[in-house]
This record gives sequence, C-alpha cells and structure tokens, in this order.
Amino acid sequence: MLLALSSDQAFFRETTGRFLADRAPVAAVRRLRDDPKGYADDFWRRGAELGWTSLLVSEANGGGSISGDGLVDLTLIAHEFGLRAAPGPLLPTNVVAATLSDVGGPGHTDVLDGLLSGSTVATWCHGEPPPGDHLGEIALDMRRDGSDLVLRGVKRPVEAGGSASHLLVTGRTGDGLTQVLVPADAPGVRVRPLQTVDVTRRYSTITFDDVRVPVGQVVGEIGGADEQVAHQLRRALVISNAEAVGAMQTAFDMTVEWAFDRYSFGRALASYQALKHRFADMKTWLEASHAISDTAAAAVSAGASDADELCSAAKAYIGEYGAELIQDCVQIHGGIGVTFEHDLHLYLRRHTVDRSTYGTPAEHRRRLAVIARDQEPAA
Amino acid sequence: MSTADRVSTDGVEDVETFRQRARTWIRSNLRQVEPATLVGVLRNERSDEEELEAVSHERALQRAFYDNGLAGVCVPPEYGGLGLTPAHQRALREELAGYDYPSRLQAPTFSPCLSVLLEFGTEEQKLRHVPAILKGEEIWMQFLSEPSGGSDVAGALTTAVRDGDEWVLNGSKVWTTGAWWSDWGLCLARTNWDVPKHRGLTVFMLPIRQKGVEVHRIEMLNGSKEFCQEFLTDVRIPDGDRIGDVDDGWTVGTRWMVHERMLHSSPYVTIPDRTPNNGVGAWLTLAAARDSGHLDDPHVLDLVGEARMLDLVREPLQHRIGEAIASGAVSDQSAAIIRLFVGTTQARITTLTFEASGAAAAAWDEGDGALAGCGDDFLMRQVACIGGGTTEMARNVVSERVLGMPRERTLDRDVPFRDVPRSPSS
Repeated sequence: MLLALSSDQAFFRETTGRFLADRAPVAAVRRLRDDPKGYADDFWRRGAELGWTSLLVSEANGGGSISGDGLVDLTLIAHEFGLRAAPGPLLPTNVVAATLSDVGGPGHTDVLDGLLSGSTVATWCHGEPPPGDHLGEIALDMRRDGSDLVLRGVKRPVEAGGSASHLLVTGRTGDGLTQVLVPADAPGVRVRPLQTVDVTRRYSTITFDDVRVPVGQVVGEIGGADEQVAHQLRRALVISNAEAVGAMQTAFDMTVEWAFDRYSFGRALASYQALKHRFADMKTWLEASHAISDTAAAAVSAGASDADELCSAAKAYIGEYGAELIQDCVQIHGGIGVTFEHDLHLYLRRHTVDRSTYGTPAEHRRRLAVIARDQEPAA
Repeated sequence: MSTADRVSTDGVEDVETFRQRARTWIRSNLRQVEPATLVGVLRNERSDEEELEAVSHERALQRAFYDNGLAGVCVPPEYGGLGLTPAHQRALREELAGYDYPSRLQAPTFSPCLSVLLEFGTEEQKLRHVPAILKGEEIWMQFLSEPSGGSDVAGALTTAVRDGDEWVLNGSKVWTTGAWWSDWGLCLARTNWDVPKHRGLTVFMLPIRQKGVEVHRIEMLNGSKEFCQEFLTDVRIPDGDRIGDVDDGWTVGTRWMVHERMLHSSPYVTIPDRTPNNGVGAWLTLAAARDSGHLDDPHVLDLVGEARMLDLVREPLQHRIGEAIASGAVSDQSAAIIRLFVGTTQARITTLTFEASGAAAAAWDEGDGALAGCGDDFLMRQVACIGGGTTEMARNVVSERVLGMPRERTLDRDVPFRDVPRSPSS
C-alpha cells in the first residue's frame, strides 16, 4: 500500500478498516465457510455506503473518488480486504460498475445504481474453461440475430457467479470482442458452483446456451470492445494485486509476532540467524510487492504506455514471491500453520485465489516477454 | 502539484524550470548511449589505455555538468553544489535516461565518500574536497575491507599511530574498484588496540598516489583487473586529514555503510533512470534469447519474462524505500532492503541469461552475438551478492535493525581488540 496517504485517503481507509474489524472479524469470516454466498447482503450494502463500489464511477453517474484518482483509492480498500481476508464481491462489482460508467447505455442505469447502493451484485464473465483458458483468450460466441444478440459458450471461474443478478459477459463477434449485460435468470444461462480454496469467495462455471439478449444491452460497440476489455483486465489486476499484498502483509506480521513470542531451546525463534535471514528475504519481497502494486495502479490510472507491463510484472511478482512468503510463514509456524484453527490459512487462501485468477505468474511472465520481444526491433 | 513543483518566491529554481534547463542542455550536449554500454558482470573487455581514456572522458563530463549548473544538485551551495531538493535530483535522473553520464564517479565517490565528507568533514575539509569532487578533479575510493575480513569491517587491522601532528599508517586494504586510476582514499584504521573493537577506530583521508601506497591489481576469475589491493607502508597523514574524532571512527563507519547501501536512493548520486545494474538486465536475457534463435520457445520466453519482471520491480522498490527514508517514515537502515533485492535479483537475472545461452555459455566465438560471455558472467554471478557488503550482512541489518530481531551473539564486543581471537590458533 502507498506509504503516503492524504488525510482524506487515510480517513477513508480507516473507516473501512474499522467497519471490517467490527463486521467481518476472523470469527465472522470463519462462520461464512458454508454460506452459499459467502457474505451477507446487509454487510455488502453497508460497505457500498462507505464507497466500496463508487470509486471508479464518474460523478455524473453517481460515483466519485476520494483523491481524484479512484483506482488508487480503491487499492486502499482492496488492501484492507486482503489484510483481513474480508468477504464480499469487491473486484467484480467494481470492474462492472466502472465499465457501465465508462461505456454503458441508458439500459444499464438501474444496474449501475444498484451496484452503487449495494443492492445489486453484478460480475464479469471473462475467463473460459481449459484448454481455452489462456490469459485473454475469448471464444464465447456472440452472434447478432435481428434485434437480439445470441450467446453461446462457457465462462469460468466467475467470481460471485451465484449471487450476481447481472453478468457482464465478454465474447467474440467475428474478429472483435463484444460485451453485453445479461440478467442471470435469462433463459439458457446455467450457473454451476465450483469448489474453491477461499473461505468466503465463491466461483462458478456459467454456461450460455443460445442465450438471447436485446442489442440494447450491449455495453460499448458490437465487435469493438477490445480496448475496454483490456482496460477491465488492468483494473482487475490492480484490485487483485492490492488485495494479495494485503494478505501477504498480515501473514508476515503474524509470523514476525510469532517469532518473537515463540521460544525453543530457551530462546525466541526471532533470535535464530537461520530464521532471521528468511525474515529479511520476506520483508524484501513484501516491500517490493507493495512498490510494484502501487506503481502499476498509478500507471493504469494515468493511462501510461507501460501500464500493461507494470500490471503483469506486479501480478507475476506478487503471485510468485507472495506465495513463497506465505508458505514460509506456514513453515515457520510449524504444524499449527496448517490447521484450520489457526488464522494463517485465511490469508494463504486469499492470496492463492488472487494469484491464480486473471492470469497466473507464468502467463504474465509470458506476456512480459512477448511485449519485450515485440518492442525490440528484430536484429 | 506538490510544493516543490510550484515556482517559489525565494529565488530557488523550481523543479520544472530545472528540468527544462537540464533537458535542453542534455539534449544538445550529451550523446545518447545504448543501455548496453556496460555488458555482463565485470567483463574484461577494455585495455588499460581504453579504461584510462574512459576515466578522463568521465572526468570531463563531470566538469561539464559542473560548469553548466547540473552537478551536486543536493549539495549545499557553499561547497559548490546547487542546494536543491531530491525532487530536482529525480528530475535530473529522469532527463538523463538514455544519455552518457559519468558512471565511474557515482560509487564510491559520490556515495558513500562525498556523503561521509558532508556529514562528518570539517568546514576546511569540505571546502577543499567537495567542489573538487563536483568538478571531476577528485575520484575517491573506499579503503574499508581488509584481507583479514570482508564483512567484519570493524575488525580492521590497518593501524594508525600518532606522531606529533601526523599519523603513520601501516596495513592493507582490498576490493577497491579502480584504485589504479583514482585520487583519494577514505580509510578506516585502528588507532587503539586496548579497547573493544568498535571504540578504537578512526577515519582518515589520503591521496592514493603517494610514497608508501602500493596499488596491486587483483585478477578476477574472468581476467578483469579492476579490483585492487593497497599496501600501506609508513604512510604519513597530517592530523587535518582525519575525519571525525580519534577512536570514534565507528560513528563515521556506521553512517559510511548506510551511505554505501543507499547508493540508488542517495540524493548525491546521479544514475539515469532505466540504467541496467552492472550490465545485467532483461535486455541481455532478451538479446541472448534472440541470438540463440530460441526466442519463441515457451521456456525461453519464461526466462525473458522473469528477467523483465525483476527489472520492472527494482525501480519502484528503490523509490518506495528512498522516499520512506527521506520522509523519516522508516530508518535509513531500510536501505539494506534495496541492497538485498538488487543483489539477489541481479544474480537471478545472470542465471536466466546463462540459461538462455544454451551450450554457448560453455563455448562461444565472436559470431555468437549476445551469447558470447554469458558463461563468464555466470561464473562471476555472486559478485552481485558480495560487492558493496554481502547479502548476508544485508539480511542481518534487515532482520535486526529494520525488524528489531535480537542481534547475533559475538565474542569480540566487550574485550580489548588485541585479545579478540583472529585464527584457530589464537
């Protein structure tokens, strides 16, 4: 997270921090383990009132930022979510709200208003099942038929797919991408829950079997949504990275505290050089993760030409080194670290879902290499 | 806009005006250089004549910076600097990206040597040396490590004995880069053997080219002869060239090493943005991958992607830690985080490039392009984790000084230095 916050940003962050500490302490998070949605409607509405879903929405559409840079403000909330492994569909609602605000039409106003108030949950249907699950690979067919668009294909994993009333679906029309807002109860939409590692996140496979939607529900241009989709992905990566760094931070802080308090052979774990050196490595990975996460967020906000590279570097680095960091925290805790009773797994789980969705570290390394290769003039 | 960006009313040049002035001068006076000017790990590619030529070119370059009001951005004006802010310095680094700059003068001359002089030097010492450094007239080296021990710096055996208004130095210092073409040494010496090791040290400055200082060039495993060892025999130094109090050299030494680790976040250092560290970076991994003809292989792309990832994380980390230190949010001991990151990631990128080189890492010829020499770089890989303080020492600093974990137990802390064991037989 950013080191220097404005007083407004600090207040905003603290308000959410206090709210989450009060309404979603770890005991409450644990109780949601078998809850089908993974969050309470009232909790989400209260969070929306605090501004969780309005930061990427223009003022004209009823939203607004704290600092003038809504995406950076949102990273503060996402970071709090990671710090506390908090429940609620933060990423998908924000991505959809931002896109409806950017390029939505009159037919999307009600959904956008509902997202802002927290009464509606919508999600983004982006990734597809293997083997067509490479980052950015879209095969779901969107065919125009008179005044309808006909959708055929499968999306997975879709976060909050079971609780969303509306689905922002990304599909292909000829050579270009198309996005359309589909009611989750439209005929031909089938939502099947997936199992997941996270305690409160829920994911689904959603099948679109010749689903017909009026073209008025198209978000942006038919066949012309490629850049909007790319931007949605950048926003998703920024939110996911900020949250993942929060999870790393808590796991690290818990383990530092453990190292001071736990005695073996008559001395604190923190006094063993073998462990101290691992803590030094972890601290370095943690600070580097904060730094690249914040830098990528600022680059996306500014529309910088290297925003994609920075997002991918952040996703790859935080995914790879964050996983090593939290697993090393587990190792230093010993057996207690792999029990359900201990809290450490809540953060390991959250980091794991963030690492694995919207492109794995390996996929983002590949994207970095391809960008570097294609930028350099061939010899 | 931040405060520093606004035009100030007290006659101080604001950041944007400074940036424009720097840009204009840089673009019409400096040549653009490929980021690949420095390739690999301390490769032995220049003859001595070429190296000396490069040194005089950089001295002239530094002089040109000075003459055009772009040297010593954060150095107080009374010592020849501009007295501006780290924000100005950052603007200069940004504007210099892709241009020629005096790389050999940055470390250790500007940091840690100039930093130590500004912090501990007397008024007379600062007036004598700081402007000369800013004009490129004095290149400094650190006479710090000794053959008897690298990490245990405070265990220095080089001895200074007082003789009237002078000091007489005897001993040996090692791992000075380019001491054979440098002018001054910042030297840590033992002045008292009868007190615990940290309390019997004193810091001096001395001209390298003088009677009693013998500079030997060390041949590294790849043939490079840039590192030197110095033998000091009855070298006489006036007391006026002492820095800090007698026997209080560790106060200076502690800050000295902080400045050394601060290199990339120091306000006195001018390294252009996007300068590859030590000639190692993803650009070399990419070049090796391209010249191997395997750039489209998935596993080779993964090597390039990982190197690129590590490259892209470095600058944000340097800025984050640098700003946190500057604002006082964290102690300057946090500079060890940057040192640890840079060391370990440079070593990793060297490995990635080596991997991308295939069999040419073992045997190559001039026709192999970027593949040539990557095997030697791999042999030299650990230089990134040794030079400038080992990564083990950085890990001690991060765990003990940043995270507050208990210090390592030592056997030399509360005994007179002459009684400290120095070998199995002692």
